Amino acid sequence: MGMTISQKILAVHAGRDHLEAGELVNCRLDVILGNDVTAPVAISEFNRLGYPEVNDRDKIVLVPDHFTPNKDIKSAEQARILRDFAKKHRLPNYFEIGQMGIEHCLLPEQGLVAPGDLIIGADSHTCTYGALGAFATGVGSTDMAAAMATGEAWFKVPEAIKFVYYGKLPQWVGGKDLILHTIGDIGVDGARYMSMEFTGEAIDCLSIDNRFTMANMAIEAGGKNGIIVPDDITLSYVKNRVKRPFNLYKSDDDAQYFTVREYDVAKLEPVIAYPHLPENTRFVSEATDVTIDQVVIGSCTNGRIEDLKIAAAILKGKKVHPELRVMIFPGTQQIYLEALRQGYIEAFIEAGAIVSTPTCGPCLGGHMGILAKGEKALATTNRNFVGRMGHPESEVYLSSPAVAAASAIKGRITPPWEV
Amino acid sequence: MKLSGKVHKFGADIDTDAIIPARYLNTFDPEELAKHCMEDADPLFPSKVKAGDIIVADKNFGCGSSREHAPIAIKGAGVSCVIARSFARIFYRNSINIGLPILECEAAVEASREGDELEADLQTGMITNKRSGQQFQAVPFPEFMQAIIARGGLINYVKDKKPDA
Repeated sequence: MGMTISQKILAVHAGRDHLEAGELVNCRLDVILGNDVTAPVAISEFNRLGYPEVNDRDKIVLVPDHFTPNKDIKSAEQARILRDFAKKHRLPNYFEIGQMGIEHCLLPEQGLVAPGDLIIGADSHTCTYGALGAFATGVGSTDMAAAMATGEAWFKVPEAIKFVYYGKLPQWVGGKDLILHTIGDIGVDGARYMSMEFTGEAIDCLSIDNRFTMANMAIEAGGKNGIIVPDDITLSYVKNRVKRPFNLYKSDDDAQYFTVREYDVAKLEPVIAYPHLPENTRFVSEATDVTIDQVVIGSCTNGRIEDLKIAAAILKGKKVHPELRVMIFPGTQQIYLEALRQGYIEAFIEAGAIVSTPTCGPCLGGHMGILAKGEKALATTNRNFVGRMGHPESEVYLSSPAVAAASAIKGRITPPWEV
Repeated sequence: MKLSGKVHKFGADIDTDAIIPARYLNTFDPEELAKHCMEDADPLFPSKVKAGDIIVADKNFGCGSSREHAPIAIKGAGVSCVIARSFARIFYRNSINIGLPILECEAAVEASREGDELEADLQTGMITNKRSGQQFQAVPFPEFMQAIIARGGLINYVKDKKPDA
């Protein structure tokens, strides 16, 4: 019986020819990631282990992105733990303020993750790198600690769900809408413990930034990883970025799937997720009665250059609604600079939006744009749980950058074709 | 090991932001985190939970973020065990890694009420509801995970494999 792309990557890293779903295996890792919330715990556990050195300093990536630039003394102390550890162990891939970005925008941009890699990160959105045809999954801090010491982690070989998106995407419908629609279909635990393999002609035509958005939110359906078989779009992205050899894998024709879900994308509209779960989805035309207090465009889900491009195209020459705050968070310094060169930043500021240095801040209610009691935000982020962006009685609606930009002008959830 | 305590019952899809909101993640001190454990799901939980109590929840407990602060907060609050219909993957893994006992058992969840006294035998996976006298068998852990649990978490398990140990 054949294997899925995810099973093949695990097999190669376990030194095995073949694996079956359900097997427990120990695997060599290519990349081990942590941030300023999770890595301090991992470093403390690593020190408890008593290993004098990390297993392979080139494989460890530390990105202080959650509460940075530091929001308070405690978070500054946490960030210092990363800085000190990186210095002590001479880690080449520590990214200080000025070089850092939101981790899941930064690592692909810097060529640190490659097709065929096995990647763990102490951050649930580590699944983002599946867009490049890597097996990437979120773990906790203790797993990160053990991996820094041994270079290995254990995995249960997952079953997979195959998602087939056929047809041509309508205007204004992109990766965010596809993944929200999918989560709405299968639910927030619909892919629990499983691989989500995204396929079909709509995926074949999808840009790399839109693919990152889709793989990023696999976790919101409970998925272990999201993955797209690498193609020319992948290769043209990683060319000139990835400086080491890598391997391309694809699923066997006779690979077994737990189930196959098919979608005719031509019938889709932009999708909104209502509070308080990403599965509470509706099409945008059914959501236009929702007035909002704040719009956030950015995050590891939608903080890439294409996201800013579409938002700028909609906001250029317009004004944000007077009763609304609009905040834009480019994913990395490079994305920020490119947006500046392209005139996007000017369009945002002239429209009345603010533009921030890269940070995860508002997405998890950490800092920068916390909501008061009863307030509603429309955000291009990934979670709309109770209290996610601030007060437990505030609300978060999720959408694409195009819908967020259009809604910023109208002050209520608005389809992009209305502005 | 037998654990016993009072049930605090929660619904489906309790996410890690509800277990420990991100506004408290500028520390990983278990005592500090415990003060805000489950706060966004039940603001009174930190004040009413007692050492040994058991959280009983519906499906997909611990979905969302990978923050190990979630099981750390629960353990820090004195909770002896979490029993759920199902667990989100990263939370499940984190709990085993830090030595927070968890059990998957649909029937025990259905038959438990707020305030019931439960007894859980981690070796056998047998859960007893002391109010009704009913017994339920939880899904057993794979052998490999039992080894991690037996060593009190992943760190001790990995210590054993240390080259110079």
